[in-house]
Amino acid sequence: MAALTISAGAWGAGQDTTLEAGTMAARLAACTACHGEQGKAGPDAYYPRLAGKPATYLYNQLVHFRDGERTYQPMHLLLRTLSDDYLREIARWFSEQRPAYDAPAVARVSPAVMQRGQKLALEGDRAIGVPACVACHGQQLMGAEPGVPGLLGIPRDYIASQFGAWLTGMRNAKAPDCMKDIARRLTPEDVAAVAAWLAAQPVPEGAGPAPERTRPLPLECGSQPVARVTQEVQP
Amino acid sequence: MSRTGRMLLAVVVLLALVVGVAMWYGARESHQGAGAAAADFSDPGLIERGRYLAQVGNCMGCHTAPGGAPYSGGRAIPTPYGTFFGPNITPHATTGIGNWTADDFWRALHDGKAPDGTLLYPVFPYPTYTNVSREDADALYAYLKSLPPIDRPNREHEVAFPYNQRWLLSLWRAVHFRPGPLDPVPDQSEQWIRGRYLVEGLAHCAECHTPRTRWGGLDRSKHLQGGIIPGQDWYATPLTGDPVTGLGEWSADDIASLLKSGLSTRSHATGPMAESVYWGYQHLTDGDTEAIAAYLKSLPAADLESRGRQGTQAGASVLELGRQVYEQHCAQCHRADGRGEPGAWPPLAGNPSVVADSPINAVRVVLDGGFAPATTGNPQPHGMPPYRHVLNDAQVAAVVSYIRSAWGNRTGAVSLPEARRIREDSR
Repeated sequence: MAALTISAGAWGAGQDTTLEAGTMAARLAACTACHGEQGKAGPDAYYPRLAGKPATYLYNQLVHFRDGERTYQPMHLLLRTLSDDYLREIARWFSEQRPAYDAPAVARVSPAVMQRGQKLALEGDRAIGVPACVACHGQQLMGAEPGVPGLLGIPRDYIASQFGAWLTGMRNAKAPDCMKDIARRLTPEDVAAVAAWLAAQPVPEGAGPAPERTRPLPLECGSQPVARVTQEVQP
Repeated sequence: MSRTGRMLLAVVVLLALVVGVAMWYGARESHQGAGAAAADFSDPGLIERGRYLAQVGNCMGCHTAPGGAPYSGGRAIPTPYGTFFGPNITPHATTGIGNWTADDFWRALHDGKAPDGTLLYPVFPYPTYTNVSREDADALYAYLKSLPPIDRPNREHEVAFPYNQRWLLSLWRAVHFRPGPLDPVPDQSEQWIRGRYLVEGLAHCAECHTPRTRWGGLDRSKHLQGGIIPGQDWYATPLTGDPVTGLGEWSADDIASLLKSGLSTRSHATGPMAESVYWGYQHLTDGDTEAIAAYLKSLPAADLESRGRQGTQAGASVLELGRQVYEQHCAQCHRADGRGEPGAWPPLAGNPSVVADSPINAVRVVLDGGFAPATTGNPQPHGMPPYRHVLNDAQVAAVVSYIRSAWGNRTGAVSLPEARRIREDSR
């Protein structure tokens, strides 16, 4: 419970801006209360940045929260009566926001751990069948259109907990779920190392998702690039 | 045999007789409308009509799992008696209803029985669907038969003893089930008759808005007077003409607007009603929406307000804390005067979910926030943030007590233990 408590300060800050009914900022106050104004990220590790991520990635996550592939009750309760069309609009709005990034956290791990993290992120580890993060998430690690999220500007604990969520089945993507496969191949130490290294990287000025790639990915991923979430349950 | 022995035997025999008669009575069928099946179930007009009716009844609400193929079942339905799983009603021969005849389908809807005579659990609202006409049942059947068959086996209901003894349902039915159709009422307009037919049939309003007896039957002496939805812990507000807690002050347009768009100037659809609007009522034709509104507006007040808990106000310090929380977190959208913003944020002044006797809805909306349903009339609704992780029990109790007593609202306070219980039950 304590882990999920967010500071009232962030909420107070959100209210400094007057909400004007009918604007997307006003419609989506339910999102930005936790994820920060314009989706710039919450004040702690639990509410990731939404701003500037590829729209299809965000849309897939919204659909998964609504329909239960990703298990998080507060998100499910918010989204359960929202249409695919509206979720697409919400995803697009957040993907177009460009609020400034906070400075990366100072890494409190040993140089050896950072070295291991850097190797996994930039080169991968052939011995355990793990490709480099940059192979899919873009050379700048800012994601790639249409469905691969950026990895910078995200707290270490959030990144690490996503690997746990893949292992426990709390987080799923369209099959083949490539990140679930990668999560199974990494040790907890590897996860800690790559999360620490990623969280310590500054975000390049003006950086955004890389364009859609034409070459196949090192692993087959259901959400990229061809097989997007297409299931429509509305009659 | 001793005298006591003979008396005991007589009591046992009498009891067996009473139970036997009750079981026979409960399991009987009305046969009304049987054998009147439509001639051609592949008629596109009939199928289209069935598609519409399936939306009005929100059949998907129970018969479709989140993200699952439409009507292929699997949705969990929590109740005080256990968790039920909506069955597959696509025309798959083994896992769906592909082998059902139109008479079988009619019997399920009208008499609450499976083709082999097994009694269906009333979590399937046949005590209300029994009022659906044979023609409409046939249209629904034609539509379901037109769907792609989905091979998805039904999941066993997770229901413990004694509720897993289906034969006991015959006793339940003897007390709680009255086969349809509705008795005709003279001197009413066609619109009223249509509205009543929908409300008391496919739209199955009473299944949530009528309180239930101890044994889970609809308490017909309190028809549509509002009640806690068992297993869901939401309060369905009264549809009677009571001026404060019911629809007495609502215009027919207010009612129609809520059903079609999820919004009205008096309240927005939240919780289970948001789902009913999203999947079901938004698809109603204008004529049917107006008919429902006309029928509901004809329901008299049930004198609910004199029996509520108005008057048990919170203390001044609690209300002051509530006012502070309101100003910090709520006033920006719901406004200092509690009137909200039409089309965006609902009013809290006079909102039936706020002034209801039960504080469940107000507390749950504070805890979990929510969006009004996305509808054709309101495709991009405004949302309210969840405050479960922001406000503690004392703050929730205080702010809900405050909104229940401000701006002319006169409903009683919600206590801290009540707020805590609702938080824990809705986790």
